[in-house]
Amino acid sequence: MITETQTVRFPELSLDSGETLRGLEVAYEAYGKLNERRSNAILILHAFTGDAHAAGVDHEGKTGWWDNMLGPGKAFDTEHYYVLCANVLGGCRGTTGPASTNPATGKPYGMSFPVITIGDMVRLQQMLVESLGIRRLLAVTGGSMGGMQALEWAVSFPDAVCASIPIAATARSSAQQIAFNEVGRQAIAADPDFRGGDYYAGNPPARGLAVARMVGHITYMSDESMREKFGRRLRGREEFSFGFDVDFEVESYLRYRGSQFVGRFDANSYLYITKAMDYFDLTAGYPSLAASLERARCRFLVISFTSDWLYPSYQSLEIVNALRGRNHDVTYCELTSNYGHDAFLVDVGEQTGILRGFLARCQREVEAGQ
Amino acid sequence: MKVREVLGRSDYALISELVPQGSQVLDLGCGDGALLAFLQATKGVEARGIELQPELVQAAVARGVPVYQGDVESSLSEYPDKAFDYVILSQTVQETRRPLHILTQMLRIGSHAIIAFPNFGHWRVRFAHLVSGRAPRTRLFPYAWHDSPNIHFLTVLDFEELVRAQGWSMERRFFLSGHKQVSGLPNLRAEIAVYMLTK
Repeated sequence: MITETQTVRFPELSLDSGETLRGLEVAYEAYGKLNERRSNAILILHAFTGDAHAAGVDHEGKTGWWDNMLGPGKAFDTEHYYVLCANVLGGCRGTTGPASTNPATGKPYGMSFPVITIGDMVRLQQMLVESLGIRRLLAVTGGSMGGMQALEWAVSFPDAVCASIPIAATARSSAQQIAFNEVGRQAIAADPDFRGGDYYAGNPPARGLAVARMVGHITYMSDESMREKFGRRLRGREEFSFGFDVDFEVESYLRYRGSQFVGRFDANSYLYITKAMDYFDLTAGYPSLAASLERARCRFLVISFTSDWLYPSYQSLEIVNALRGRNHDVTYCELTSNYGHDAFLVDVGEQTGILRGFLARCQREVEAGQ
Repeated sequence: MKVREVLGRSDYALISELVPQGSQVLDLGCGDGALLAFLQATKGVEARGIELQPELVQAAVARGVPVYQGDVESSLSEYPDKAFDYVILSQTVQETRRPLHILTQMLRIGSHAIIAFPNFGHWRVRFAHLVSGRAPRTRLFPYAWHDSPNIHFLTVLDFEELVRAQGWSMERRFFLSGHKQVSGLPNLRAEIAVYMLTK
């Protein structure tokens, strides 16, 4: 399946910061077929560095980031469902972000791009969904930051969502999550090529961005998965180099992932999107998480992974228990996996059975008018 | 009431006859969700389950039953009072560490509690114990003492004594031997006892 990224334009978007963005573009992909009642649409919400290309193969031969979950006969079965995925606001893969041209100046926004929130991302997605003639989504789902958006959708647009499926997510960023994001941002800011974010005419802050990505990768794995994958194996040598070149397999892997990332991701997007995650707190303005979730009317399926120490299970349980306290329709599964936070992307076997059963029930109930 | 077999379990047959159409049901230790899926399909109940074993939770969710993965003993306090019409504990009470705590919670969060348990007072159990001089092993208690999940061995008399002491009312009670209902001498003749309680 060759997939095509499409773009829609919107005149403006009011942001949580009070500012307004004008002349926006949203890049999205669509898979499957919208049924006549327009009741089988699922919105996939990508994680931090993801993009609209969730499934299939694009013109460059690149496979979508959730292709193992999305397609005919898979968890999100495109034989049954119409599946959408859009690049987030602030991203650098087709949707308006700091690398986009500011229509007011004719130059890239850079650091003049306004600070955005998860709520802003979701409001822009809602404009996209509405423009496609879909009034109610069967489900919104995503892992990590995608899960934050799935939660935000449930409370911001309660009538537009039948089910919310946050995976490996949290209702509010923890000190540890904010801390790792800040390390990444500081690595970028410390690169001399960063120039206060105004680097589009010259070299990007490639070293800083690569270091930020290396730290990120460590947090996405687990001690066990790193032991299994690398152990203390040396890279292309029998003995230590007694120098500071690459000795270990794990060093080589991190350097490779860091340098590879620089080619596909914008450093300013890194700053803006991590900030949006840090600000995310579903309880803000409410006495408790339960009070905040009272706005939601959809069913929930919450999934966490045993070895995920970046978004640990207790954060998912916080959401689940707040919902159980109101006797809300919530399903919770903690899946056993060694892959750490990355599990939602790679450990798809058990997720598939759960998601298929849950979505089938939602569709049954929606068709029955419940 | 005629006792039949549902999904290979005579207590399921009784329970499904006790639960009215369209009620809200919570099944504690719901396993793979077989009973709840059956109640969803035949009684249109709004079903919820709690189960600890991940594989069983996944099997239940895969068949469309909303399940909370967690330990029954520590997960009931979150639910509000009278959240459910019926809270079911089917052949699990003998495996829990604090049965009284669970029964009390069941009657707080549910209008009715349905409890089914294997009767340790059954004559076969008594006989096996008397003759062998060992921890009894019967068709209902097939485990060796060291790998049995059962940690409380209660009888019909024990359970009813607790119900009376707590001041709960027994709305219905049924005694089963195989797939037949028994009436006289339940503490000797019942393999499974099924109670519906309210506060």
